[in-house]
Amino acid sequence: MASTAVAAPERENYLNKEYGIGSWLFTTDHKRIALLYLITITFFFFIGGFFALLIRLELLTPEGDLLLPDTYNKMFTMHGQVMIFFFLIPAVPAVLGNFLIPIMIGAKDLAFPRINLLSWYLLVIGGLMMIYTILSGGVDTGWTFYTPLSTHFLDTHVIAAALAIFVAGFSSILTGLNFIVTIHRMRAPGMTWSRLPLFVWANYATAIIQVLGTPVLAITLMLVALERVFNLGIFNPQLGGDPLLFQHLFWFYSHPAVYIMILPGMGVVSEIVTCFAHKRIFGYKFMALAVIAIAVLGFLVWAHHMFVAGISLYAAMVFSLLSYFVAVPSAIKVFNWTATMFKGSVSFSTPMLYAFGFIGLFTMGGLTGLFLAALGIDVHVTDTYFVVAHFHYIMVGGMVMAYMGGMHFWWPKISGRLYPENWGRLAALIIFIGFNLTFFPQFVLGYLGMPRRYWQYSPEFQVLNVLSTAGATILAVGYLLPMVYFLWSMRYGKHAPDNPWNAAGLEWKISSPPTTFNFEETPVVTWEAYNYDEIPEEVPVG
Amino acid sequence: MFSNTFPLWPTRASTISGQVDALFIFLLLLCGLMCVSIFIAIVVFAIRYRRRPGHVATQIEGSNAVEFAWTFIPAGIFLVIFVWGAYIYFLERTPPKDSMDVYTVAKQWMWKFQHTEGQREINELHIPVGRDVRVIMTSQDVIHSFYVPAFRIKQDVLPGRYTIAWFRATKAGTYHLFCAEYCGTNHSGMIGDVVVMEPAQFQSWLSGGGPMGSLSQTGQGIFQSLGCSTCHRMDTQGRGPNLMGIFGKPVLLEDGRTVTADENYIRESILSPAAKVVSGFKPIMPTFQGIVSEEQLNALVAYIKSLSPQPSGPAQTPTLKVPDASKADSRQR
Repeated sequence: MASTAVAAPERENYLNKEYGIGSWLFTTDHKRIALLYLITITFFFFIGGFFALLIRLELLTPEGDLLLPDTYNKMFTMHGQVMIFFFLIPAVPAVLGNFLIPIMIGAKDLAFPRINLLSWYLLVIGGLMMIYTILSGGVDTGWTFYTPLSTHFLDTHVIAAALAIFVAGFSSILTGLNFIVTIHRMRAPGMTWSRLPLFVWANYATAIIQVLGTPVLAITLMLVALERVFNLGIFNPQLGGDPLLFQHLFWFYSHPAVYIMILPGMGVVSEIVTCFAHKRIFGYKFMALAVIAIAVLGFLVWAHHMFVAGISLYAAMVFSLLSYFVAVPSAIKVFNWTATMFKGSVSFSTPMLYAFGFIGLFTMGGLTGLFLAALGIDVHVTDTYFVVAHFHYIMVGGMVMAYMGGMHFWWPKISGRLYPENWGRLAALIIFIGFNLTFFPQFVLGYLGMPRRYWQYSPEFQVLNVLSTAGATILAVGYLLPMVYFLWSMRYGKHAPDNPWNAAGLEWKISSPPTTFNFEETPVVTWEAYNYDEIPEEVPVG
Repeated sequence: MFSNTFPLWPTRASTISGQVDALFIFLLLLCGLMCVSIFIAIVVFAIRYRRRPGHVATQIEGSNAVEFAWTFIPAGIFLVIFVWGAYIYFLERTPPKDSMDVYTVAKQWMWKFQHTEGQREINELHIPVGRDVRVIMTSQDVIHSFYVPAFRIKQDVLPGRYTIAWFRATKAGTYHLFCAEYCGTNHSGMIGDVVVMEPAQFQSWLSGGGPMGSLSQTGQGIFQSLGCSTCHRMDTQGRGPNLMGIFGKPVLLEDGRTVTADENYIRESILSPAAKVVSGFKPIMPTFQGIVSEEQLNALVAYIKSLSPQPSGPAQTPTLKVPDASKADSRQR
C-alpha cells in the first residue's frame, strides 16, 4: 500500500507554503513552532547528553582522574539543568503537544498563536543564557540549588543559571496557559470532554501543573539570586534565614515538575498502545481521571524529598502516606495499558516497541518509588545512586521512551515521510538494552551505599560503575541512530499516506503533512476517542 | 574473595540495619512479583494477540469492577508498606534516653567529633559495640549529611541547629562514613571511618591519648571565662535562670509558651537569647553569635547537660551479646 502518495509537485502544506528564514522565525503556525521547539530541544538534548557521557567516563575508575572535582560538579549540575529545563519539560508538550493538540481537537491553531511564538523565544533566550553560563565557566550548585551552598559558598555563575531557568520557566507557563485555554475554548463541535484523546487529557493535566507550579520555582530562584546579591537573610541561617525553607519551596515546584515531565509521555503511550493494539483504551474514564489525580496529588508530596533533611517525624509520616496515594493512579494507568492489549491485534511497529519499553521501565521506576516512599528505607537510599536510578527510570526509561515513540508515531504526519522501519526497531532495541545496562546497576550501587554526586568513590563500587558506563555508550549510539535516519527520511524517505498506521484520531484524517490551517472545514465529531471498531486494520505486508 | 571486591549487599552492623533490610527484601519480592506479572501479561498478550491475517481485535470498553479492584488492592498493599516503613523510621528518629553522646561539627570538607570524655577526632569516629550512640550534629557552613551505609542511617547536618542521628552498632569493624548531601568541590572527599570496637578496647582507646578534661569540664571553663556564671548563678539570685537540672525539662517562657530544654533550645538561647526568654526574666542577655565556635558551643551544651542528673551514667556496662567478635579487627565495608 506504499505509494498511494503524491507524485512530483507536492500538495501545499505547512512546510512548503512559505520559504525563507523569516517565514519560520515569525511564524504563528503551531506546527512550525513545534518544529522550532524540536530543533531547540534536540540541540539541548545532545549538550546534556555530552555532559552525561563525561560523567560516566569519569566514573569508570574510582579515582578522580579525567576531570577536576569542580569540573565534575559542573558536569552533573549542568546535565541536570539542561536536561530537565531545556529538554524534558518542553519535550512532549512543546513539540508534540504544540503540533497535535489543535489538530486533535479539530482547531486551526492554539488559542494564542503569538504567545505560542513568544514561548519559543523565551525558551531560546533562556537557552542562550544557559549556554552563556556553560561557556563562561559553568555552575556547580547541583540542579537543586540547595542553600546556603548556592547562595554563599560558590563562586560560579549561579545567578546566570538561575535566571536562565527563570526565563525558560515563563516559556513553560505560557505554553501551559495556551493549552488550557485552547482545550477549553477551541474544541470542534461534538468534541466533548469525554471524547478527547488521552494525549489531550495528559497535556491538560500537565498544563495545570505548569501554570500553578512554575511561578513558585521562579520566585524561589529569584530569592536565591537576591540572597546572593544583597545578602538578604532568607535561606542562610547565618543571616537569620532557614535552609529548609528553600527545600520546601524548591520541591513544591520540582516534585510536580516530575509530573510535568511524565504525564505527557503517558498521553503519548495511550495513543500508541491503542493504535498498535487496534483497540479502544481499556477504562477511558479512569485513564482520564488518573492523570488529573496525579496532577492534583502531585502537589501534596513534595517533602518526600526531605525525609532526612530535618523535618519533623510527623511531617515525614504525612508526606510518606500521601506519596503512596499518588502511586495509585500511576498503577491504574499501567494496568489499563496492559489490559488494552488483551484481545487486541498487536503490531510490533517501532512506536509500539517504545511503548512496551515505556510500560516496562516506567513500572520499574514506579515500583522503586514505593521503596523510596517507605520512610525507613528512604533514610538509607536517599541521596544515593538508588535515587539516581529511580528517577532515570521514570525520566529516561519513561519519558524519553515515550517521546521517541511519539516522534516515530507522528513523524509521518509531521514530515510527510516514512522513516525506515527496520532501523527504527533496531534503535528502539539498542536504546532499551543500553538504558537498562546504564541504570540497573545503579540501583545496586545505591543500596550498597554509594552516594550520588561523587567524583571519586570507594573501589568496591567499580564493577557496577563500569557496567553503567558501558551501558551509557550503547545508549548514546541508540540516540544518535534516529537522529540520522529521521534526517535521512526527510529527503529520501517514502512519502507518507495520510494515515499510515490506520489510527483513530482527527490528526490522521487530514493530509500528511497538514496544511497550514489543518482542516479545510471545521470537523464535526460524532465518535468517541479510539473508535477502532470503525477503522480497518492494517494487514501486515508479506 | 570475589565478594570483597564486588559486594552485592551492604554489611549489616547496627540494630536497625536488619529491620531496614527485612522491609527492603519484602519490597523486592512484592515489587518483583508485580513487575514480573505485568511483564508476563504484556508478553503473553503481545504474542497471543499479535496482528495476523484472520485475527480481529475485540473491542472492550473496560470494567468498573476491574478498575476498582486494581485501585483498592494496590492501595491496601501500599498502606501496609507505609505503616512498616513509618515504624522503622519512628525507631530511627527516636533516640533511646540512655545513650552515649558524640558531638559532631561538619564543615567543608571534614567531620569533627567530640566525645563527652574529652577525646576529639577528625574523619574517624570510634564507638563501642552494643551501646546506643547519639550523634548530635551541626554544620559550620553548608548542609552536609551523615551517612553510614552499614548502619542504614542518614541524617542531614544543618548550619544553625542541631540534628540528631542514633544507632547501636552490633559488629566490630571499620565502616564507611560518607557525606551524602552535595556540599561543594570536595564533597566526595568528605568521607571517614566509623570504627566500632569491643567495649574493653573502646575504654582503653578513650583513656589513651594523654590527659585532658572531659567535654563538660571544657564547657565549664568556657562558661566561666565568658562570664556566664555571673548571671546564671547556682541559686535563685541570678539575673538569669539557674541552669541546674533544667536539661530535658519543660521551660515556661515569658510569652506563655512551654518548650523543652533540649540541645537546640540551649544552642538557640546562647546564640539568640531574645528568641525564647524564660518567664520571670528580662531579655538582657547579649548574643554570643560569632563569639563562641561550634565546638565551644558543643562543650557548653555538654556542660549544661552535666548539671542535670543523667538517668544512668556512662559507667553502665553494655550487656548486649556481640555476634562475630572474632572479626573485630577486620575492615568491614
